[in-house]
Amino acid sequence: MTSVSASADRNKQVWNVIVWLLLLTMPYWMPLTGGYTALASRVLVLALAAMALNFLLGFTGVLSFGHAAYFGLGAYGVGMTIKYLVPSTGLGIIVGILIGTLAAALIGALIVKLRGVYFAMVTIAFGQVFYFIAFRWNSVTGGDDGLSGWRRVPIDLGFTQIDILGNDKAFYYLVLFCFALSAGAMAFILKSPFGRTLLAIRENERRARFLGIPVERHIWLSFVISCFFVSLAGALYALLNNFTDPRALRWDQSGNFVIMAVLGGMRSFWGPLIGAVIFVVLQDYVSTQTEYWMSIIGIFFMAVVLFFPRGVLGMLKRKRAA
Amino acid sequence: MTLLHVDNVSCHFGSLIAVNQVSLRVEPGELRAVIGPNGAGKTTFFNLISGFLPPTKGRILLDEQDITTLSPQRRVKLGMARTFQITEIFPELTVRENLRIPVEIAAGHQLSPFLSRSAAARIAAETEELLEMSGLDKKADRLVGELSHGDQRATEIMMSLALKPRLLLLDEPTAGMGDQETYDISKLIRKLHRDRSMTIILIEHDMRVVFNLADRIMVLAEGATLAEGTPAEIAASERVQAAYLGTAA
Repeated sequence: MTSVSASADRNKQVWNVIVWLLLLTMPYWMPLTGGYTALASRVLVLALAAMALNFLLGFTGVLSFGHAAYFGLGAYGVGMTIKYLVPSTGLGIIVGILIGTLAAALIGALIVKLRGVYFAMVTIAFGQVFYFIAFRWNSVTGGDDGLSGWRRVPIDLGFTQIDILGNDKAFYYLVLFCFALSAGAMAFILKSPFGRTLLAIRENERRARFLGIPVERHIWLSFVISCFFVSLAGALYALLNNFTDPRALRWDQSGNFVIMAVLGGMRSFWGPLIGAVIFVVLQDYVSTQTEYWMSIIGIFFMAVVLFFPRGVLGMLKRKRAA
Repeated sequence: MTLLHVDNVSCHFGSLIAVNQVSLRVEPGELRAVIGPNGAGKTTFFNLISGFLPPTKGRILLDEQDITTLSPQRRVKLGMARTFQITEIFPELTVRENLRIPVEIAAGHQLSPFLSRSAAARIAAETEELLEMSGLDKKADRLVGELSHGDQRATEIMMSLALKPRLLLLDEPTAGMGDQETYDISKLIRKLHRDRSMTIILIEHDMRVVFNLADRIMVLAEGATLAEGTPAEIAASERVQAAYLGTAA
């Protein structure tokens, strides 16, 4: 190891500590900036979704415009489990993840040979299928009005109960717990030999193939892993709102995840988190001023793409390197 | 015993016959050069051998096993590795990472979620050995995309070598290189051939390189075999001279 990469490693560790400290204390400093605890939870949930998408986009080089489908399946999975089956938050989350991941495994197997814009288009198409099912199947999904009439249930650990329903901060820390496990798992996978084969595919698919990597199988695995975490994010999103509706799985929601990842920097592990913060904060503050808040985000997005194609974090990294 | 046996293969693109009934036998430890004027079908021939294209007719055997219909990945598993005319590397990864990935694949770790301490140490040692052998060790932490053309070509050759192939296919390794770079790459190829008795098939335009390195030379012209023999035989062949002068003029 040269001293240059050693100091880069130290820098990385310092940033990791700062990120986790900020996240751990977010409910306490958020009110000072005019925010509230549920807003902090929303940032984390959407950041998890964007980071999951970026596992595929930034670290495998495959663009999906249909990740909202699995986000939405996670959301409906948890909502319908609690409403119709068992009043258990934990079981609901597990069902949501299972449904989303299973759907991703099946659909992924069908589309994994497609590349580039074709892959993106087909992911939109499959996403819209789920959107219309949720939209039309009134008796089960609540149709356009959404799935209501259920609430997250306090978690019973036997010796004590965690009141995630009445206590916003308790729910935030549940989300943070899930976020931390997911981020840790994704970082772990990306640092493994398997993770490096994904980078290889992103960098040069032909080379990867002629090194003997079964490219389709690895893209499929990456897609399923990515959708696993996006389903978890969807389940947490429904729990946050005690509600879900078909827009959670519509294509513009998929687009929002892509915007967050690109905005923050899709080559950086923490980029999508920054993107989600910018997105949610802009949405929250600007939408109180004007209903055209999306156009502000659009302008901001275009400025980033034009002037800092590597996103906000990519730009900061380059500045440090210079 | 023959390592690679190409048996009468042809490749048609519509009405164009890119490779026309070409046969080739390469023995273990041999360094074979494939030369020919532009458009002679050399790269198509390579693509047939490595599985990038299916042949229209004919058979390809590696170590007496028929591999004609196998995918590139399967052929890599059986011990075949190749480089491309246009360098195919992982530009935004460091040189070390570029070499480490094929080392891990060769060790069977392409699906491993983690490495044991001893496996990680073995892989690191092997990667360093490849870096040292190619002289890329001083640039190991730089992104390959930032290196010179010659260093990128060398990286690609070492990536293929990291797979521990039985047969190495090099498609114009010195294309676009200056004299010094050409010399360095030739030296590297000679080292692989002499020290590791690696079996190599080489497409090359630079005749100094070809006549310096090759044990035997095969000449392709218009998709068919024009001549085959030792460098001395090929240099003396009037047909070969005619083919080259005819197209070069």
